[in-house]
Amino acid sequence: MAKSERYQNRIELLQGTLDLLILETLRWGPRHGYGIAQAIQSGSSDVLRVDTGSLYPALHRLERQKWIAAKWELSANKQRTRVYRLTAAGRRQLASERSRWQRLVDAMAGILSKPETSES
Amino acid sequence: MSTRDDDLREELRTHVEMAAADRVARGQSPRDAETDARRELGNLSQIQEATRDVWGRRWIERAAQDVRYAFRVFRHNPGFATVAIVSLALGIGGNTALFEVVDALRLRTLPVADPAGLVEVRLADSDGARGNFNSWHISVTNPIWEAIRDRQEALSGVFAWGAGSFDLSAGVDTRGTTQMAQHFADGLWVSGSFFDVLGIRPAAGRLLEPGDDRPGCEARAVLSYAYWQRAYAGGAAAIGQTIRLASHPVEIIGVAARDFNGLEIGRGFDVAIPICSEPLLDDYDKGRLASGTDWWLSVFGRLKPGWSVERATAHFTTISPELFRSTLPPDYPKVSVPKYLAFRLLATPAGTGISQLREQYEEPLWILLATTGLVLLIACANLANLLLARATARQREIAIRLGVGASRGRVIRQLLTESLVLATIGGTAGAIVARWLGRACVSLLDTGSSVTDLSVGLDWRVLAFTAGLAVVTCLLFGLVPALIATRRAAGISMHVATRGSTSGRESAAIRRALVVAQVALSVVLLFGSLLFTRSLRNVLAVDPGFRAAGVVTAEIGFSRLHVTSANNAAFRRSLLERVAAVPGIERAALVAAIPMSGMSSSNAVWPDVDPSHHFTSLLNAVGPGYCRTMGIQLVAGRDFNVDDTLTSPMVAIVNEAFVAALGRGPQVVGTRFTREATPRTPATSFEIAGVMRNSKYTDLREKDRPVAFLADAQMPQPPYVRIALRSSLPPSALTPAISRALAEIDPRMAVDYEVLATQIDDSLVRDRMLARLSGWFGLLAGVLTLAGLYGVMAYTVARRTNEIGIRIALGAGQRNILRLVLREVGMLVAAGALAGAVLAGAAGRSAASLLFGVEPSDPATLGAAIGVLVTIALAAAYLPARRAIRVQPVIALRAE
Repeated sequence: MAKSERYQNRIELLQGTLDLLILETLRWGPRHGYGIAQAIQSGSSDVLRVDTGSLYPALHRLERQKWIAAKWELSANKQRTRVYRLTAAGRRQLASERSRWQRLVDAMAGILSKPETSES
Repeated sequence: MSTRDDDLREELRTHVEMAAADRVARGQSPRDAETDARRELGNLSQIQEATRDVWGRRWIERAAQDVRYAFRVFRHNPGFATVAIVSLALGIGGNTALFEVVDALRLRTLPVADPAGLVEVRLADSDGARGNFNSWHISVTNPIWEAIRDRQEALSGVFAWGAGSFDLSAGVDTRGTTQMAQHFADGLWVSGSFFDVLGIRPAAGRLLEPGDDRPGCEARAVLSYAYWQRAYAGGAAAIGQTIRLASHPVEIIGVAARDFNGLEIGRGFDVAIPICSEPLLDDYDKGRLASGTDWWLSVFGRLKPGWSVERATAHFTTISPELFRSTLPPDYPKVSVPKYLAFRLLATPAGTGISQLREQYEEPLWILLATTGLVLLIACANLANLLLARATARQREIAIRLGVGASRGRVIRQLLTESLVLATIGGTAGAIVARWLGRACVSLLDTGSSVTDLSVGLDWRVLAFTAGLAVVTCLLFGLVPALIATRRAAGISMHVATRGSTSGRESAAIRRALVVAQVALSVVLLFGSLLFTRSLRNVLAVDPGFRAAGVVTAEIGFSRLHVTSANNAAFRRSLLERVAAVPGIERAALVAAIPMSGMSSSNAVWPDVDPSHHFTSLLNAVGPGYCRTMGIQLVAGRDFNVDDTLTSPMVAIVNEAFVAALGRGPQVVGTRFTREATPRTPATSFEIAGVMRNSKYTDLREKDRPVAFLADAQMPQPPYVRIALRSSLPPSALTPAISRALAEIDPRMAVDYEVLATQIDDSLVRDRMLARLSGWFGLLAGVLTLAGLYGVMAYTVARRTNEIGIRIALGAGQRNILRLVLREVGMLVAAGALAGAVLAGAAGRSAASLLFGVEPSDPATLGAAIGVLVTIALAAAYLPARRAIRVQPVIALRAE
């Protein structure tokens, strides 16, 4: 039952967090869709797995918002790949998303850090 | 698909490839790696779909998708699509074509500057006008025109014009530039300000100006653009050349603007000549300029700013008494002088010109337009029926689409797109049908001897009319079923089987109502077409009193030979003899007014013994042998012979209707009657030498009217002869021989032939057109109704299959089932026929004036129309009824 095991390890991404993760990943340089998925996965030590069915709509949505830009490039092994990079607007968006995320994490932490005694 | 779709596909493919490559690198076998990578990716098309949604497709892409889907639906239902498109194309095409013809004839204004300001100044009533009438249109004499020109104050510009015909025979065809020898040119006599007031520009050279129209002027010609193209190939060299009109050399000074075809719709012109040059080109010595009894000109003008038509009419009424007093011709027949002095002028809007075609065909064309309107309604009903049926049949599909989350708006939009696609295809096909039918309609107006010059083309208004009809029809009848079909909650419809007992009740009621309307309208159309067909048959069955088959008439003009008046009679006689001697000609006789040609002359006559007993008789002048040439029976007395001359006693042959009108009993040979004075001859007494059987004079429909045939030799001798010829040879073999014989005498003569039977046919153009077109539309209505009835019946039987199955299972015989189906058809047809009969009665009255020998409310015809419809209904019910009889109860019940 390896399969279900893997699913148990996986954490459902919160609404909107995938966008933030993509933008963050691209901060370190242009990547193609598969690369982004791999980066998120390895960056989270395999905890976060990106569903392709969400990744590509998200990429195209961000592109439409002009936060990222795409162009076709040849990869090292002569493969035509669509490579995404962060735009200036994307950088600004990333900054504001990060601070929003930080506020969320702080707020969550504030609530969750109380001792687990309120349980009745 | 767009490149964006291709890109996405490629992007996803590289994703899989890279994922697979990573797996291989981790040690998986390439085959498993590929499969796993794909599995990991998930549902490819779902990803594509989700991504595409992100793109936010534009409405045009959605519409394109809808259109593609609509085409797919039509491909899978070719029968439905074909019937719908054909109904639309025929309905819209027929309507548009007739609208075009009506528009060209009735609605379109002349291509002149400010046509709305154009008025015609004419006599309020021409009763009492005496002399020669050169136009079918109420017209005035040249002295009256000049008096109007000099006295009127209502018009800022005024001009006169008249139609004429010029003998060209030495003019054009000898140059060898035209394929067809044209003997006569259609001419326009115009006053000097004609082109100026109308605001026509020259296409080449210059146009006639007031300076060209002075007493004693030289003839100068302006060509129409069409004639310039035809005869001179549009060459600039034509300007300054000489054209020979009635053997007189006339200088060509210019060409009129391309779209200007004269002021008479349906009759173009070749050359325009100033009125002042009339004496130069006239057949007679005197000319018509000073004549107060030649009615040949129409007066048009442009209202002064601020003047209305009513004010102008009031002005002309005021100046009329003095105007007619001053122009009273000294030779005017005494009895008609009071009427002349009482003439009143009035102004009427003339922005659409004048048209004989219009007067003759306006009523039939409106009737035909109404007919095509009904056909379109029937076609619409058919379409609505089909769309309703489709919507019912697709209820499951629609329910499923609603069920899986399509919004109601989306489904309605899809159904409307289908309607719109239908409308577009039908409308386009309709425009094509219209072009073809429009031309066919105009050519139906052509006769053997004249070609109708009517420009019928698709203009933007007609196109908008067509497109509007198509779109409104389809949207309306597409929307209703769409609303009905989507109103039901998806959950309910899903369960309702296609033949469910309650679901289609609402749309079925609409469909029945539509079929009843179709039946009613079809009854009206069939009734109309049967009326016109019977009317045509009645006209064709009329005995004209003469035998038309084998008679050819030749009109030979010799004005160019300048035969002196002393030799004129002898020359005319020699022409007759020469023509009669042509091999194959059995009989030949001179005749002044060829029957059925439209030529006509009449005057008051009275018996010499009772001068108070006035009546009007038609007149004709014929030579010896006319009765036998035409095959008219002489019932008493004698024919004219060579002894009837200017010096012998004046004699006449009268017809039976004349004898009856005379009121002196049947024995009239030897008695005398007097013909009232004409502007050129005094009152004359004639002895009746013979009596002829009645024969038609101008029209097959006319009642027998009194006709007096006078001896040609005793009448004024014009510089032409008209000869009636009887021969068993075909006209095409006969006429070249006659032309050769005449050329031997003198090649400068002009000759024109007519075939009498053709002329009679031509006089029936209107009847034939009505019978043919209404018959065609009636047939169309029948076919459409057949389709509509069949659709409803097939649907009804399909819907009631399980009911019928139960009935059969319970022991109902074929007869009962048949009765079940036929009762439904019978009710629909009875309701439709009843409504149709009421409508037909009203419709018949509006066509009364166009019918001959059949009552507009003829019950037998109405019965026949209903009979045809019942036959159609039975035919439509046949297949569904057969299907109903063959229902297998077990299958029918199991299907539920």
